[in-house]
Amino acid sequence: MSLIEVENLKVHFPVRGGIFQTVKDHVRAVDGVSFSIEQGQTYGLVGESGSGKTTTGRAIIGLNDITSGKVLFEGKDLSTINKKEYIDVRKDIQMIFQDPFSSLNPKKRVADIVAEPLRNYENLSAKEERIRVQELMELVGLSPEAIYKYPHEFSGGQRQRIGIARAIALNPKLIIADEPVSALDVSVQAQVLNFMREIQKELNLTYLFISHDLGIIRHMCDHIGIMYKGRYVEHGTSEEIFTNPQHIYTKRLIAAIPDSNPRNREMHYENRKLVKAEYDKLEKDFFDEEGLPFSLKSISATHQVALPERG
Amino acid sequence: MNDVLLNIKNLKTSFRIKDDYYAAVDDVSLTVRKNEVLAIVGESGSGKSAFAFSIMGLHTRAKIEGEIDYKGINLAKANANQMKKLRGNEMGMIFQDALSALNPLMVVGAQIDEAILLHNPKSSKSLRKKQVINLLNQVGIPRPEKTYDQYPHELSGGMRQRIVIAMAISNQPELLIADEPTTALDVTIQSQILDLIKELKETIHAGIILITHDLGVVAEMADRVAVMYAGQIVEIADVYTLMENPQHPYTRSLLNSIPTLNEVKEELHVIQGVVPSLQNLPRTGCRFAARIPWIEESAHEASPELHEISPGHYVRCTCYKDFYFPEQAEEERNYVAN
Repeated sequence: MSLIEVENLKVHFPVRGGIFQTVKDHVRAVDGVSFSIEQGQTYGLVGESGSGKTTTGRAIIGLNDITSGKVLFEGKDLSTINKKEYIDVRKDIQMIFQDPFSSLNPKKRVADIVAEPLRNYENLSAKEERIRVQELMELVGLSPEAIYKYPHEFSGGQRQRIGIARAIALNPKLIIADEPVSALDVSVQAQVLNFMREIQKELNLTYLFISHDLGIIRHMCDHIGIMYKGRYVEHGTSEEIFTNPQHIYTKRLIAAIPDSNPRNREMHYENRKLVKAEYDKLEKDFFDEEGLPFSLKSISATHQVALPERG
Repeated sequence: MNDVLLNIKNLKTSFRIKDDYYAAVDDVSLTVRKNEVLAIVGESGSGKSAFAFSIMGLHTRAKIEGEIDYKGINLAKANANQMKKLRGNEMGMIFQDALSALNPLMVVGAQIDEAILLHNPKSSKSLRKKQVINLLNQVGIPRPEKTYDQYPHELSGGMRQRIVIAMAISNQPELLIADEPTTALDVTIQSQILDLIKELKETIHAGIILITHDLGVVAEMADRVAVMYAGQIVEIADVYTLMENPQHPYTRSLLNSIPTLNEVKEELHVIQGVVPSLQNLPRTGCRFAARIPWIEESAHEASPELHEISPGHYVRCTCYKDFYFPEQAEEERNYVAN
């Protein structure tokens, strides 16, 4: 059984207007998304800004209301579960946020930030709590003596580690990482990514990794889903997506990544023009009248593509 | 050489913190030629934006020493009037954040119009309107007449960046400075903007300084690359040499720390420590030494200088000769043991 299964997830936001602020329309931020993640794996959710990838992550952890669809976590449906049960589940799902500067309370000491989940769920004495926090700090590679410092005394990479320490405090099963390294410098990025892979092995963590950087996604993920306007355009293993993309949107996305070899520059540029021409030619076939991708069709056991209806 | 557009010698830009001046750009010398893209790469805090702002004269309180020779005018000493004439006219700048670079209360057409009017006070209104429509066409805006009357918030991020570019090239600049022009954009939009800058280079023959931290962008765009660390240039070479045969430990570390599509690495290289802050910067010795502590101290020069190791390829300090990655050494040791 997969650790988490998302079935036909929809998150719609109402658009209000008029004198009585009545609901006029809906923004379909997430419009029918399905995927599942096995224990210990990393699943990458990719898309441009506004594609609904962050909303998907936030809906799973309960920060956005689910309009319809199911989120099955270890077989329990999170969209219908009652509050009491939900509190137990919530312990197993944690989140790492994008911006390490705004996701830590500047008025609290690190000891209090990391201990917050422990205080919510575990009844520890002050001494036990301090020891646990120090263990966590060591685990994320920070000095245990640093727990009485404030967030501003740390660098960006260190702060992101504090965010990670807080996320793993309750031994969660699933971690939703929403652009965890986008706000960091390249050298610090490498540090955080390496570290996330290390603790994944150590604690048998499952990641839902949300990012727009395809280089990082390739480095981190086993399976990848590509989103466009709240829907999936393609889903497959990392290998399938990067070496054999089928949807014109995926092809364009991959062609847009800068090539790190300057000698391929011309070739890459020509290729990008070809892909763009193909995209313009086939755009009508690959998207419906509203410009949305069609539903997914399997082309192999692991690879699904939103191919045209009459394909 | 006649095609040198900008010749910078020993540029030093210092900021005052409490009662002392600290150099954010420390003794930078380089040239920009016509028709070339010079990329400046480095982490945040390495001084690359401070460098660009010094050229454009956008620092208000910094102390600028050295020489910025632009066609015989020393920009470091130029007065406000001289700068006003050059800025936005012969020298254009593309900013990182298009939303804050545009006036939210003015339609975008009028903002470009203003940039033209400032340097051509006698031009007629109808002519300017034609010019603006032409510019919007040139930067690939689909319906220029309609876009002319739109406000920045009505446009997408990519379109806004195009407006900023249209403004920067409105008076056919000879020098264009692009400060992280695509950092805030999605990859597909990024590739469109980069292609646009490339095409513009062909048509306006400007010298372009491209500031970025993205080595992929460098590989796609640059003719020459200068790598900056802690206010100094540590390596400068043409793009092929720099990407294929990097020498300075910092350049090599940077290249090793990014995940690429071509090869999947098990582990990324991590550069130890952090970029030192302005006040804590070591002013003597090799500035990168603290981040490669496994390299012996004797490998560094006492006062590191740029050495020309092959024509056009300069590397600072002598430590590059003895540099190795600690992971490599470990692998070799295992190999010998087996």
